Amino acid sequence: MTPLVEMRKITKVFPGVVANDGIDLTVRAGEVHALLGENGAGKSTLMSILTGLYRPDSGEIYVQGERVHFRSPRDAIAAGIGMVHQHFRLVAPFTVTENVALGLKGGIKLNLNQLAQEIAELSEKYGLKVDPFARIWQLSVGEQQRVEIVKLLYRRARVLILDEPTAVLTPQEARELYRTLRKMASEGCAVIFITHKLQEVMEAADTITILRHGKKIATVKKEETNERELARLMVGREISWTGDKKQASPGRVVLEIKNLHALNDKGLLALKGINLSVSAGEILGIAGVAGNGQRELAEVIAGLRPALKGSILVEGKEIIHCDPCRVIAAGVSFIPEDRLGMGLVPNLGAVDNLLLKEYRHPRWGKVFLNRRAARQWAQELIERFQIKLASLEAPVKMMSGGNLQRLLLAREISGQPRVLVAVYPARGLDVGATETVHRLLLEQRAAGTAILLISEDLEELFRLADRIAVLYEGEIMGIVPTEQADIEELGLMMAGAKRMEVSA
Amino acid sequence: MTRILWEKRLYPSPWMTVLVPVASIILALALGAFFLFVTGFEPLKVYGEMLKGVIGSKYGISETFVKAIPLMLTSLGVSIAFRMLLWNIGAEGQFYMGAFGASWVALSFPYLPPYIMLPAMFVVGCVCGGLWALLPALPRAKWGVNEVITTLMLNYVAILWVDYLVYGPWKDPKGFNFPLTAPFSKSATLPTLAGTRVHLGLVFALVAALILTVILWRTRWGYEIRITGESPRAARYAGIKIERNILLVMFLSGALAGLAGMSEVAGITHRLQHGISPGYGYTAIIIAWLAKLHPLTIILVSFLFGGLIVGGYSVQRIGVPAATVSMLQGAILFFVLGGEILTRYRLRWKRKEVAN
Repeated sequence: MTPLVEMRKITKVFPGVVANDGIDLTVRAGEVHALLGENGAGKSTLMSILTGLYRPDSGEIYVQGERVHFRSPRDAIAAGIGMVHQHFRLVAPFTVTENVALGLKGGIKLNLNQLAQEIAELSEKYGLKVDPFARIWQLSVGEQQRVEIVKLLYRRARVLILDEPTAVLTPQEARELYRTLRKMASEGCAVIFITHKLQEVMEAADTITILRHGKKIATVKKEETNERELARLMVGREISWTGDKKQASPGRVVLEIKNLHALNDKGLLALKGINLSVSAGEILGIAGVAGNGQRELAEVIAGLRPALKGSILVEGKEIIHCDPCRVIAAGVSFIPEDRLGMGLVPNLGAVDNLLLKEYRHPRWGKVFLNRRAARQWAQELIERFQIKLASLEAPVKMMSGGNLQRLLLAREISGQPRVLVAVYPARGLDVGATETVHRLLLEQRAAGTAILLISEDLEELFRLADRIAVLYEGEIMGIVPTEQADIEELGLMMAGAKRMEVSA
Repeated sequence: MTRILWEKRLYPSPWMTVLVPVASIILALALGAFFLFVTGFEPLKVYGEMLKGVIGSKYGISETFVKAIPLMLTSLGVSIAFRMLLWNIGAEGQFYMGAFGASWVALSFPYLPPYIMLPAMFVVGCVCGGLWALLPALPRAKWGVNEVITTLMLNYVAILWVDYLVYGPWKDPKGFNFPLTAPFSKSATLPTLAGTRVHLGLVFALVAALILTVILWRTRWGYEIRITGESPRAARYAGIKIERNILLVMFLSGALAGLAGMSEVAGITHRLQHGISPGYGYTAIIIAWLAKLHPLTIILVSFLFGGLIVGGYSVQRIGVPAATVSMLQGAILFFVLGGEILTRYRLRWKRKEVAN
């Protein structure tokens, strides 16, 4: 049987990153195919190529044995390939039928009643319960997802791609989705879904392709594998245990988080009772796949997001109801994941950016800001942290990623914080810059700062952290000392397949 | 096959930031010339007349100053709000409330000596304008209510409030039923430059521009304003109290517009009257943008617009409708904002790659 879709030796290079490196993927009719990998493994890029959003630098795509060249998503749809994105593309005030009608070809005339009839039949056939006359804003997230699927089915898509489809669903909705996917496969479609959750893969997929760092690692049948093997394939076992870290000498507990609850931007519970404590001179690593509450945890500590309940103590002082200003005053530094969006002001120069948290200090003057003194101070920091820049006043957005992160670290570290919260501090940096960031974090640890390091990179955590906690769906799955940590075990916890008795 | 591509520039081109406004004004004048031509005028003659009206006499020059003063103050007002991404469209209303406040002082206490009268009018004018801007600022800071709508709507309230006064309780009994109050006493009159109508408001505006420059680039508060305007997320992250700054900046913004209103009644009309502003508060928005929100540039651009107004009066003598001037103003803004994209992007002609 000719496969429905075949991708051969797909390569896509973005400036500085090889997103896809000679990837092969074969998907047959009647199968549910999972694309498993960590963030940045190249899953989304590969699917964007298959749906005509990107063009591959090299490689070939065959649909039912025919070579195809997609110039746009429209071409892909015409070839029967459609994608449900993580963020739905629906018009909220319109009805389901109207949304399906959007972008349909064929004349000016539009018979909405007939279309509604057809939608009802389609949803009947595939078990996609959806009311054709409901307005999108009235629907739950799960129902909206069904509308997206109906949209594709109506366009006769035979290959359906879903990008992390359960990320926005409740467990019940997710189970319902799995049933639908199965049904569609049995009707002769092929379903590809992107995920990093092992449970989901084992529950819903027939075949699993694992990507890591832009390369295809393996394609396995579900019956022939298990979660443990998948975790190992996904995370990779070549963790280089580097012993350049001095023995920890943790002091008293500086940061203590108890029973912390908080919502995410969508108003859903993102933190469900977090208990953590970090001592002076210790790095506590938070492992986990992005989107499991990491951002929310960091923002609550920094005072940028209100907590529902719980407590955060810095040296015994409650800071849970403090605004960012008082949190900073309490000695908490924060390296946010979005450097240019939050941590720095892209259009302003290095001096203004370095001052961002220091400008309140009375040494610059009560009302006036002594620019000359500030410039001098900035110059010293720039030399100390070896930041390369065109001039002190040139917009920082011109700087390289590594220099930006150095600038940010220079500011956050120079205040000699008690607590340092770092979120993905080395993301997107090259080897040299990563090295610098790691060195600076270890220096801070030696200086007695309590460091909370949130990272997706297990290698980084193994290298820097003294203990590693795993965050999954807003809960701590377990905390282990790094020397005793087992990579497979961590992988299982990250995927929500295993839970340890938590002793904070 | 070639196609045109927009490419984002890494840096706004320094050449373009100068060239674009100049070219915009030229293009706007060209567009104006076209309309003048179709409506049966000789564009060059009209523009010549305009220029002569503005710089051809001492009167023309001094009148340009007179018109520029309220434009400067209102533009400075809106610019400081715009800097914090607060879209205060309500300078017109704040101007009216400032004029109202100052007039209330002048009419209620006519026997005050000038050295008390003028400072009192100054303060009350500023406070009234400031409070009028604070009214929309409060819901904005608390609940994020869009200030564009609220500030705009409050303009009509302020204008009608002044109309109510000048048509009703404050109407001058000796004014032949015209919608204006009784003239202020001598002590409520701003000193003027010998023999002209150029009044002390000019000094207010220049000092205000200097103070704003110092605030923005030399003080802690100005630093907060600049950070918030550039990146609200970074500002919040840095612990800047954005809500409090919204209130302070909007008050300052309104106070400056209020000061413009106070200067106008105390310096020019010497009474409160219907239509005291011919839309200074709206023109201010154009000026602030043209000047890229820079206080000192605002002073220069205000002169340009003051000249446009005065020139507009002078060409009406040869039959050109006053609406032409408004059209020119609109055209300039249109071209400048349209040209703005050229400072941030560049055009590139690219040969389309052959599909593989």
